[in-house]
Amino acid sequence: MFNKKLLTAAAVSAALASSASFAGTLDSVKERGSLQCGVSSGVPGYSVPDDKGTWTGLDVDVCRAIAAAVLGDATKVKYIPLTAKERFTALSSGEIDVLSRTTTWTLTRDSQLGINFAGVNYYDGQGFLVKKDLGVSSVKELDGATICIQSGTTTELNTADYFNANGLAHTPVTFDTNDQAATAFDTGRCDAFTTDLSQAFALRSRMGDPSSVVALPEVISKEPLGPSVKQADDQWFNMVKWSLNAMINAEELGITSENVDDLKANSKNPSIQRLLGGSEGLSKGLGVDDDWAYRIVKQVGNYGESFDRNLGAGSALGIDRGINALWNQGGFLYAPPIR
Amino acid sequence: MINEQQPTLPAPASTIGLVGWLRTNLFNTPMNSIATIVMLYLCYLWLTPIFDWVFISADWAGTTRESCTSGGACWVFITQRIDQFMYGFYPADETWRLNVTFFAFVALIAWLIWPNLPKKGLVAAFTLLIFPFIAFVLLSGGYFGLEHVETHKWGGLSLTLVLAVVGIVAALPLGILLALGRRSEMPIVRAMSVAYIEIWRGVPLITVLFMASVMLPLFLPEDMHFDKLLRALIGITMFQTAYMAEVIRGGLQAIPKGQYEAADALGLGYWQKMVMIILPQALKLMIPGVVNTFIALFKDTSLVLIIGLFDLLAIVQAAQNDPKWIGYATEGYVFVAFVFWIFCFGMSRYSQHLEKMLHTGHGSRA
Amino acid sequence: MPTDLSRSAPPGEKTRFWNDPAKRALLFQVLLIGAILLFAGTLISNTLNNLEQRGITTGFDFLSQKAGFGIPLTLIEYNEASTYGATFWVGLLNTLLVSVLGIIAATFLGFVMGVARLSDNWLIAKLSSVYIEIFRNIPLLLQIFFWYFAVLRTLPSPRQSIEFMSSFLNIRGLSMPAPVAESGFNLVIGAFVIGIVLTFVMSRWAHKRQDQTGQIFPMFWAGLGLIIGLPLVIFMLAGMPMHLDYPVLKGFNFRGGMTLIPELVALWLALTIYTAAFIAETVRAGILAVPKGQLEAAFALGLPKVRTLRLIVIPQAMRVIIPPLTSQYLNLAKNSSLAAAVAYPDLVAVFAGTTLNQTGQAVEIMSMTMAVYLTMSILTSVFMNWYNKRMSLIER
Repeated sequence: MFNKKLLTAAAVSAALASSASFAGTLDSVKERGSLQCGVSSGVPGYSVPDDKGTWTGLDVDVCRAIAAAVLGDATKVKYIPLTAKERFTALSSGEIDVLSRTTTWTLTRDSQLGINFAGVNYYDGQGFLVKKDLGVSSVKELDGATICIQSGTTTELNTADYFNANGLAHTPVTFDTNDQAATAFDTGRCDAFTTDLSQAFALRSRMGDPSSVVALPEVISKEPLGPSVKQADDQWFNMVKWSLNAMINAEELGITSENVDDLKANSKNPSIQRLLGGSEGLSKGLGVDDDWAYRIVKQVGNYGESFDRNLGAGSALGIDRGINALWNQGGFLYAPPIR
Repeated sequence: MINEQQPTLPAPASTIGLVGWLRTNLFNTPMNSIATIVMLYLCYLWLTPIFDWVFISADWAGTTRESCTSGGACWVFITQRIDQFMYGFYPADETWRLNVTFFAFVALIAWLIWPNLPKKGLVAAFTLLIFPFIAFVLLSGGYFGLEHVETHKWGGLSLTLVLAVVGIVAALPLGILLALGRRSEMPIVRAMSVAYIEIWRGVPLITVLFMASVMLPLFLPEDMHFDKLLRALIGITMFQTAYMAEVIRGGLQAIPKGQYEAADALGLGYWQKMVMIILPQALKLMIPGVVNTFIALFKDTSLVLIIGLFDLLAIVQAAQNDPKWIGYATEGYVFVAFVFWIFCFGMSRYSQHLEKMLHTGHGSRA
Repeated sequence: MPTDLSRSAPPGEKTRFWNDPAKRALLFQVLLIGAILLFAGTLISNTLNNLEQRGITTGFDFLSQKAGFGIPLTLIEYNEASTYGATFWVGLLNTLLVSVLGIIAATFLGFVMGVARLSDNWLIAKLSSVYIEIFRNIPLLLQIFFWYFAVLRTLPSPRQSIEFMSSFLNIRGLSMPAPVAESGFNLVIGAFVIGIVLTFVMSRWAHKRQDQTGQIFPMFWAGLGLIIGLPLVIFMLAGMPMHLDYPVLKGFNFRGGMTLIPELVALWLALTIYTAAFIAETVRAGILAVPKGQLEAAFALGLPKVRTLRLIVIPQAMRVIIPPLTSQYLNLAKNSSLAAAVAYPDLVAVFAGTTLNQTGQAVEIMSMTMAVYLTMSILTSVFMNWYNKRMSLIER
């Protein structure tokens, strides 16, 4: 009861503070009782529905974390599968509250589409797959090659840039979906298939003979993938940003879904206490109660757990943490502190 | 004696029986004989492998791709996934709702097209006005203790049927209004109707669907959202209305002028004249046309796969990407083609039959 | 009773305006315009409001920005440095290319099938009707997928290409020798134009002569000779100013020559086969619409069979065939927008696809795309009206 009152009070004060004239997304999510999350219609490891319709994946976990923080229940998410074409309109029109769909953070998207990127949940890069019997060991040898690409992605532009910069000729064949592009490559329509490396591995696992397909060593682009929200709603922007940061911080502090209760009760580490709601009023400005991050870790787990479960050793994909390790373990993941 | 009737002679052997039929239909001239032989050979050349692939060396039973060993078609792929192809991601415990809706609809339609059943008007009104709501409650749920099934779980053949039937049912009343508008004597009403009809008929359905999925959200006030299926339905309805209006206009034009004049002479107002005299006659005439547009729409619903809805074609295509069933694309396409073909061919036969029935009045030829 | 009469129809009293059909119509139309304006206004203000609030860029400036992506088939000069505006033209031309190819092939196949369906050979008539019933009752999109993903994928890889007449068929398409004009080829083009003009003049003369003397001039052969033969002779005389650019396997793919990409082939095949089924039905209906008496009259006049067909049946059948035929052509052009499904770079795939994705300017791009198709359809109806007027029977 008290909790609920506090929640409303916090919500009201936050709404007043933001002084925005329209109802914020945070409030409408709370009112609705569910989070509407735009995901891709099926990229293994990022967002896939199983045969019972339950969604799993790294991107899905971001949605679940936000739902846990805001609504107290990670299952209160309505997943809306989107094509690459629809995703930005769906977000800016308010059909979805957050877009978590392997979307690359770029200047144009950040500045011209009316959206804001709330962070990076996977550092990706674009790579090339070729058939082994082509006998090619570098992208530089692909002069004159035909290349299968998904249309409407940064991939298409990167490919053109890279080949031009190296004075190589290429013929792009662009498909509506990555699935189609991979299938076409598999049947021999193209010499190479290019996409973000993480997805390339997932798609390779679906090909007729995965062992005959190899990835070339070059990674030709930076693809920071992350969740994005509508512009001009800073309160919601913060909420999404910090839900992701909480997952990364939790891993750094060694908090997992298993030891979280124990640490919450017994830990003397002030950083852990702050993250798990030990310092009263810390999250007032965020518009949720102090236990929000505790719920994220409890229900979804920290970033490392999510990664292992969906992409890493605990999954069928078996992708290495690589640059997606924490900053103090040789990777790029570095979340601002919760204090 | 001379006038006595002679016994009837049998027809010359060359004009009756199998031989006669062959002679008149296949080998009546040297050219035709050559053509027949060439055609028969080509048929043999093409049809035997197809027949062999589809039936003789095909695999029907089993649960995994390992059951497909004989080199022909692997129908196991279809039989294993038939539920998904029919119902999409609809929860398995709830599929009875789809079945009930479908069979109720089929029963209503059967009532309407079966000759000599009573109370057709009432049934038609029920089908067009009340049944859609019942169907909506059944399919979507959320009321009367039915579990709510979100529209993105709908898919497969059931989604294809929903798109086509809703499109046609919603387009019918709007199409009638537009057709009346196009034949109206008020210049502005006429101009607006013509503009609407010609604009929608002038653009491909796919751009309309893109518009519905990408642009429609921008047209709406900020706090108003339609889900993807609803947006697709809006697009399809707007598009279909224009075609429907043209079919109805054709029906209206076929009504003799005397009927209009007689109604006027009786002192009936415009709407009385239309509702009581003209439309009942015109609607009967345009049923074949409506069935034909329905066929066209039914085929066109497959385009929704481009905006990410999982209709029959899309769901089969998605299944082909399942690593467990890679390489059975042809079986998938053949299955979808067969389902569509059964529906469309059946309906087109029915519409031809109707056309024949309608032409039995005066002025019919043959 | 005069009082009763005057009560039921008071002569001095004016009709209430809502009982006067003319005024009622006026009022109704004013209301309609008001409603439409209100509706359109709401939509526009919503849209502008939304676009501004969400910070989405508007306007057509993007057309002059650099596109930065490649397109596999371009009829005009295009590379990654070209603008988004150029992608519009590339897409449009590709749409027109597949439409024109499709129309030519579908017309041919459709006429053959339509005539075959009326053949007095039972087998041929049945086969043609089986073809028609199968292909017009299966969704076009499915047929495109079938040709692309099921049939064309069985072709060999470039290194195992099927070779014939210096052409190579493989999964990447059909590579053919491309004719390259040398200097002096302009003469041949000139001869071609002159041939057309001469044929035109000559056919008018032949008509006149036939009207006056009744003699028939073999115009078809004469025209053929002028249009094909004359340029051919000039071509030979000019020392064949053209060479063929042969495709050669270099690296992964064939270079040189010209390549018919499989996306185009799949789309072309599907559009042709689907539309031809409809055209065949149109043709059959057109031929059946010629009254039998016309044929009998022609035979009675002693016209030979070929001339009966050419002078009596075809002109009358065409009058019935052409209007639905044109709308089939229009359908084919609109259906070519399904190219997006198999990666053929048409207007919808390139401009309303990739360009839309890169710029995010849905309203501008969709409007331009729809305007293109609308223009095509309006032009066609203008042509149809002109044709109908020209062809309408002048009856007594």
